[in-house]
Amino acid sequence: MNEGGTARGADRPIVALQGVSMRFRHQSVLRDINLTIPRGQTLCVIGESGCGKTVMLKLIIRLLKPTRGTVSFDGHDLAGLNEAELNRTRLRFGFLFQGAALFDSLTIFDNVAFGLREHSLYDEETLTKIVSDRIHEVGLPDGLEHKKPAELSGGQRKRVGLARALALDPEVMLYDEPTTGLDPIMTDVINELILQTQHTKKATGIVVTHEMKTVTKVADRVVMLYPLARLDPDESQIIYDGPAQGLEDHPDPRVRQFVRGEAGERLRELGQRR
Amino acid sequence: MSSVPIDSNEHSPIDKLGEHVFDAVAEVGDIALFSASTLGWMFRKLPRWSTLVPNFYTIGVSSVPVVAITGTFIGMVLAVQAHSQFAAMGMETRLGSVINISLVKELGPVLAATMLAGRVGSSMAAELGTMRVTEQIDALSALGTNPVRYLVVPRFLACVMLIPLLTLMADFMGVIGGAVISTQVMGVDAFHYWLHSRRYVGSLDLFAGVFKSLFFGAAIALISCHRGFHSKAGAEGVGKAATEAFVFSFIAILFLDFCIGLVWNAVYYSIWPQNTGLL
Repeated sequence: MNEGGTARGADRPIVALQGVSMRFRHQSVLRDINLTIPRGQTLCVIGESGCGKTVMLKLIIRLLKPTRGTVSFDGHDLAGLNEAELNRTRLRFGFLFQGAALFDSLTIFDNVAFGLREHSLYDEETLTKIVSDRIHEVGLPDGLEHKKPAELSGGQRKRVGLARALALDPEVMLYDEPTTGLDPIMTDVINELILQTQHTKKATGIVVTHEMKTVTKVADRVVMLYPLARLDPDESQIIYDGPAQGLEDHPDPRVRQFVRGEAGERLRELGQRR
Repeated sequence: MSSVPIDSNEHSPIDKLGEHVFDAVAEVGDIALFSASTLGWMFRKLPRWSTLVPNFYTIGVSSVPVVAITGTFIGMVLAVQAHSQFAAMGMETRLGSVINISLVKELGPVLAATMLAGRVGSSMAAELGTMRVTEQIDALSALGTNPVRYLVVPRFLACVMLIPLLTLMADFMGVIGGAVISTQVMGVDAFHYWLHSRRYVGSLDLFAGVFKSLFFGAAIALISCHRGFHSKAGAEGVGKAATEAFVFSFIAILFLDFCIGLVWNAVYYSIWPQNTGLL
């Protein structure tokens, strides 16, 4: 990692994880993860359910604290920031949650405006324009602003979540399974929006997904995590780190099995475990 | 490819006991930190009016009917239950003092707090629990907003500021209920009923009840919000958080009632040693 140069050196990774481990009571989820993400790159994190993808995403924005290791953003260790600094740093991230995580009690407009209002970034007129722009950018129709999240479909909720995340013009967008539970067309809409964000905002993207179509469409780079319970103690948890094109024919059968979506021996193993 | 066994879940009884003790200590520490954080935010940056007003309405205004109804019935029940005992001694006119002192010192504050814990505490825990499991609390943090400041402080303020008014409402309705049953149904002489009430129930008694209620309100808000913030996933987790919010709040109300009673009496005796205790 290049620590020298300008404050926001283009060659310095915007996000870096060094020796990061995470453990919840009796269960280890991540072990000694080393990962650097350059500015502007869109990284897809793939892997089986429970391998720690979402946990990694939450560690990056410090919604969780690692049991060991350091997570840095733009060269600064997040552990060294006080609460105010951490909140300011979080404003440089956008987070699209798996279920969108819209605030039930607020209207769509207020949801999208939330970050801007809370931090008093603009006057009400400018704020209204920004919210309107973001709502249109994600392809939501007019008249939706005054509805509550419960009145929207899954795809609409995801797009409102994206609009809310984009409202603060983030430098890094975190997507937690952005296409889960959506129909194929809406899945592609979300993929297009991720690409649009990548191209127009020049934001770095970290996409956690199971959807190989999303991976091939949006990823500059793919990292595959493997569940710790199935690894040797000295084996790296990152079993693939490279371009999306190399996944299909990778020599590691675990990578090929995931990419092709083959159950293989897994059903028998699960039966034995029960 | 190789596999290693998943962590073993087999623990000895000693392990389990140690784990429970550790969990209990951690829980106490956690709620202390949670309370400190809530109080800290009250002095750093208060929430906006647009956040406060809906909470004040839900917690205060919406609780008025249920507190008024229960307060009235408690006054009426006290009158019915105590009348025969007092009539046997020919002291029916003393009913007013007994009913009203019980109401303003104990039953009014405790009952208002219990109703608040049941109606509002469980609801707060369920609402925050749902927000926790649907990642709305994480979303607040991700948007650079402290969830304690945004979600807990308005509820805490609403509970602490409005519970004295709810207590006064319970007291008032109980006094009216008790008086109506005693004088209109049981035939107690109204003049003497109120005369004894006025003689034995002072403004300090009323203040004692209202003063206690502040602590009850704080406990309800902190316990309920804490349970909500630490809700486990799923409908069962949220339901459990709501139940725990009420049970723990109720226990806290009774415990605080006892402790404040002891402290108040000690202070009172030290100021007026010749009088009887207040609580």
